[in-house]
Amino acid sequence: MAYRMHLMVCAGTGCVANRSLEFRDALEKEIGKRGLDSEIQVVTTGCNGFCGAGPLMVVQPDGIFYQQLTPKDIPHLVEEHFLKGRPVQKLMYIPPEKRTAIPKMMDIPFFSRQMLIALRNRGLIDPEKIEEYIARDGYTALAKALTEMTPEEILNEVKISGLRGRGGAGFPAGTKWEATRNAQGEPKYVICNGDEGDPGAFMDRSIVESDPHSVIEGMILGAKAIGARWGVVYIRNEYPLAVQRLQIALAQAREYGLLGDDILGTGYDFDISVSRGAGAFVCGEATALVAAVEGRLGEPRARPPRLAEKGVWGKPTCLNNVETWVNVPPIINRGGKWFASIGTERSKGTKVFSLVGKIKNTGLVEVPMGITLREIIYDIGGGIQGDKKFKAVQTGGPSGGCIPAQLIDLSVDFETLTEAGSMMGSGGMVVMDEETCMVDVARYFLTFTQDESCGKCTPCREGTKLMLDILTKITDGHGTMDDLEALQEVSKVVAEASLCGLGTSAPNPVLTTMRYFRDEYLAHIEAHKCPAHVCRQLNTYRIDPEICVQRGHGCGVCRRECPEKAIFGEKNQPHRIDASLCNKCGTCVDLCHFDAVIVE
Amino acid sequence: MPKLKLEDLAELREKARKAISLREGAARVKVTVHMGTCGIAAGSRKIVEAALREVEERDLRDVMVTTSGCAGLCSREPMVTVEAVGEAPVKYVDLTEAKIKAIFAEHVAEGRIVEQYALAIGSERTY
Repeated sequence: MAYRMHLMVCAGTGCVANRSLEFRDALEKEIGKRGLDSEIQVVTTGCNGFCGAGPLMVVQPDGIFYQQLTPKDIPHLVEEHFLKGRPVQKLMYIPPEKRTAIPKMMDIPFFSRQMLIALRNRGLIDPEKIEEYIARDGYTALAKALTEMTPEEILNEVKISGLRGRGGAGFPAGTKWEATRNAQGEPKYVICNGDEGDPGAFMDRSIVESDPHSVIEGMILGAKAIGARWGVVYIRNEYPLAVQRLQIALAQAREYGLLGDDILGTGYDFDISVSRGAGAFVCGEATALVAAVEGRLGEPRARPPRLAEKGVWGKPTCLNNVETWVNVPPIINRGGKWFASIGTERSKGTKVFSLVGKIKNTGLVEVPMGITLREIIYDIGGGIQGDKKFKAVQTGGPSGGCIPAQLIDLSVDFETLTEAGSMMGSGGMVVMDEETCMVDVARYFLTFTQDESCGKCTPCREGTKLMLDILTKITDGHGTMDDLEALQEVSKVVAEASLCGLGTSAPNPVLTTMRYFRDEYLAHIEAHKCPAHVCRQLNTYRIDPEICVQRGHGCGVCRRECPEKAIFGEKNQPHRIDASLCNKCGTCVDLCHFDAVIVE
Repeated sequence: MPKLKLEDLAELREKARKAISLREGAARVKVTVHMGTCGIAAGSRKIVEAALREVEERDLRDVMVTTSGCAGLCSREPMVTVEAVGEAPVKYVDLTEAKIKAIFAEHVAEGRIVEQYALAIGSERTY
């Protein structure tokens, strides 16, 4: 008997961390208990993208979206919706400003505004079943390419599409493929960069976990166009679920003759191996990655020669990001012209962004290039948490820059973001509100890049440390105007003289915050104040005596916990802080239940 | 598992599509079996099972079988509403397994409303 309902339970890492597998097991049990297991199928899918609302489930064919599910919701849900046909409102998504739920997934703005190409299979297939990938037109592009197209024709389609690398640099994929194809040397390699080192970025993880076959198919297509014999997927070891699903997918593809010797009986030999990272951000850089694959120390090298000429084991190598590869099958199936019809003049297609930070709807969004920041942040993201004021958005990870609120109508594409001082990067978008200190943000990102600097070249090794020391000095309240000038100069040198992209882009957060938020730097240096009150050493704390007595009744919690014993007072009496003893740790603010400690 | 040839790939795709087509949410005909307490008491579960069997036996890829609550006319349960894309919904009443088979054969597959089992055509007015 056919199933009348499919329950698509999300099992991306985010939801799994929130116990979605436990939920799924309990759901299966309840459905069995109610005798519905021959009518209702429970399917485990990959990441749906709306990670802030997990664990998630979509009920098909109705298209009803349920969020924040726990096992104790199950008996009621099964009885009401699956048995009696009455969808359960309280488990649906309720938009922040409204009070009524939106039942259908396609009506929820987070989903309805997105355009899925790279993420075309998300939430719709079980990533561990190759048949489901095939059902959704998986490997049809491969069949078409291997039987109806020459390698030059495959390459040409990608050139027409205007696909640019999605890993950060945005280099035209077709040009890179052509260079590798024309280079001398055998065998040739294709590499998939799945290192995804940017903190807060999880686009590639989501793709590999939810749709590993799309990565494989994209790579085989590229390899055929280039004339490559071997492929390597370099994936960071911090993604165990992605590694596992990829390995299952590779085994299945080989079993079906879609990978390995004599693919689909066409005589083409190509196979892919998996290489796992070991925790270094710098290994996301192409030449350092190749070094790691070869078993050498993960340090970049100067270019030329480009990887297309001399890559893995000195052979021509084409390295592209996960997201770049998965765009290839649709381009072959629907044509390069179709892809080029989406996006802007110079940035074609869509891009996946990880929308995180002080935003209401946290998750992964895929949108056409050219969409404005305003649309992403407000229409899809639902606006700022707590309806606070939007201050800036950091794009492109730690190598990116901060774009201020006044540029919110900027259209998102490679060129405009670079002009504004930031970059597209791999797609991270960290939204910041009025309670963020931009100097602290610069310091935070520099802590990361400085730590990850491999040390090979002097500008990056010494320069990032120097920049970090100056920023720490400023946020501690000891900065001077000379420091600001030094910071600017060192930033420029590091950006110009570093050996690889880690160094050349590390100063971006500093340079953009100094360009757009100079007043905050001046406040820290000249007024010794942090406008957002984040840099605690620059705050003064005092207790409002009325609030302390009327609301808190002089409870004394702050007095007891103060590490410097700087607070004085009796029960039912207003407490006060002795500023000369206060070390600005902010413990009293964190502990006071009555908001009696005023921060200035 | 023997290695696939091109024709095998296409065949596998067709077979697999059927299994997951329900997820796309798009269908030519939607058959809603009313399962309010009245419906269940009158035996609508058997109607659902019969409907699903018809979908399977006739290999229907573009037909969605779903359930809903009570439609309001409890005395005539089991009831089913058949909605084809672009057509007004038709309510069938006093159903049995034999009648639902006939409805699938005539209305769902061929587009001919089975008048002797139908109550009404169209929707109620809601505010």
